[in-house]
Amino acid sequence: MDMGSLLHQFIQQMINGISLGSIYALIALGYTMIYGIIKLINFAHGDIYMVGAYLGFIATTYLGFGFLPAIIFAMLGAGLAGIIIERVAYRPMRNAPRIAILITAIGVSFFLEYTMMLIASPQPRTFPAIFEATVYHLGPLVVNSQQILILVSALVLMVALSYIVNKTKAGMAMRAVSFDADAAQLMGINVDKTISLTFALGSALAAAGGVLVGIYYNSIDPLMGMMPGMKAFIAAVLGGIGIIPGAMAGGLILGVVEALVSGFISSTFRDAASFAILILILLYKPTGLLGKNVREKV
Amino acid sequence: MLKVDNINVFYGAIHAIKGISIDVSDGEIVTLIGSNGAGKSTTLRTISGLMKPKTGTIKFEDKDITGVSAHKIVGMGLCQVPEGRHVFSNMTVMENLQLGAYLRKDKAGISQDLEEVFKKFPRLLERKLQVAGTLSGGEQQMLAMGRALMSRPRLLLLDEPSMGLAPLLVKEIFNIIKEINESGTTILLVEQNAKMALDIADKAYVLETGRITLAGTAKELQNSEAVQKAYLGG
Ligand SMILES: Nc1ncnc2c1ncn2[C@@H]1O[C@H](COP(=O)(O)OP(=O)(O)O)[C@@H](O)[C@H]1O
Ligand SMILES: [Mg+2]
Repeated sequence: MDMGSLLHQFIQQMINGISLGSIYALIALGYTMIYGIIKLINFAHGDIYMVGAYLGFIATTYLGFGFLPAIIFAMLGAGLAGIIIERVAYRPMRNAPRIAILITAIGVSFFLEYTMMLIASPQPRTFPAIFEATVYHLGPLVVNSQQILILVSALVLMVALSYIVNKTKAGMAMRAVSFDADAAQLMGINVDKTISLTFALGSALAAAGGVLVGIYYNSIDPLMGMMPGMKAFIAAVLGGIGIIPGAMAGGLILGVVEALVSGFISSTFRDAASFAILILILLYKPTGLLGKNVREKV
Repeated sequence: MLKVDNINVFYGAIHAIKGISIDVSDGEIVTLIGSNGAGKSTTLRTISGLMKPKTGTIKFEDKDITGVSAHKIVGMGLCQVPEGRHVFSNMTVMENLQLGAYLRKDKAGISQDLEEVFKKFPRLLERKLQVAGTLSGGEQQMLAMGRALMSRPRLLLLDEPSMGLAPLLVKEIFNIIKEINESGTTILLVEQNAKMALDIADKAYVLETGRITLAGTAKELQNSEAVQKAYLGG
């Protein structure tokens, strides 16, 4: 390969990587927010993304919704599911040892996966093509409309989330509870409600990711959340778990690395590259790229 | 104003508070003194709703608040400044103060109180946009107190405000406590610095391993031989 085509290939893979990475980022945000507020690695989070994809499927296939109403429908539904899961499964365990609540999360994950198999069958479903996939050629580069859709949607959602977290009263409450729940209560903040809101927001973002992936790959199935769930977890750890901009950055970096590995080495090594990143970050900077090197509060 | 009646509080099997009763009347400064581990913080945490007593009742302005959640009690006009300040050190001074007024909706009142807080603690005004974690210990204590005042409490609970501060700062903090009280806020003050606390208090209780062993006016306790021996170094 000459330099020109190498460069072209590189940019092409960057484009692919950023669109994949913004999906990871959307899911990673929920991981990081939920970890931030109750110190739980919510293993069921990838399955919420799957539930979101199915809700989007129902909205487009059976209810005849267009893209925007469908993604809103999925986000609301998944947000509600997140609230219910926290209320029923995690809240009773809040003062239990951490391992107990972690096991509960794995249980919730299986519950969602196998309940979906029961309801929707284990067979993959075809996501309707609600967008005509237009392919744009920018010189030698190829961008399709779905990639643009993913990118724009993810960007809008991340800006909205940043606004909520940084500029609204509810967001301030979320930050306060994440930092020090007792002190937050002494300000008059209802900790239970704030945790519910965090689950709702995190789940809604994952659902948006699910719908976008459904549109991109056209196919969804009850176990589709497992791998992206793992990847988003890696992205959250990479950026620094509990840190919101970290999840965004981690998702994008992971997406780009995977695309570059697929493009220049082989797509068989894509997942290995992600897990290698996880191992490296845990070895050399366990607090993540944006994390401060402080020991955890005890 | 506050009536704590025979409360018993446990940490699991540890019986930390063994039948304590405390009375605070409107306008007073009441202090609770005792050595480390006596149960002072546990008492305050129980009053502010962070912990629940197993038995006994707590009344605030004639309303039973036993077992009411902490976030609701704040709204009733009772606010605690916790031991160790617990400012939100990842947020700015301004954001901390805004959080103090979290339950309030009266914008005009909030900005008026903000001005008051800055008048009481001019250093907070200078550091308004600084992240709270970068403040010194004394400044963090001021921020924690200012933040509590932003909820416009009628009863303020202070847990060891002088802890870890240089003598000059301790004096400053105690002066401000007196000032806050003079402007109409009732105060329940927990201290290990018994001398300073008794100087500004009207009434005092001595707490020893979960029990109240002495109670009376601050004057009486200052003159009590037992108190002088155990807490005033004389
Ligand atoms: N989280 C906790 N778990 C178990 N025991 C505790 C806890 N906090 C305090 N205690 C115990 O309760 C007693 C009273 O503690 P505390 O109220 O903090 O005392 P003080 O504020 O007077 O120093 C002590 O014996 C202490 O060891
Ligand atoms: Mg204490």
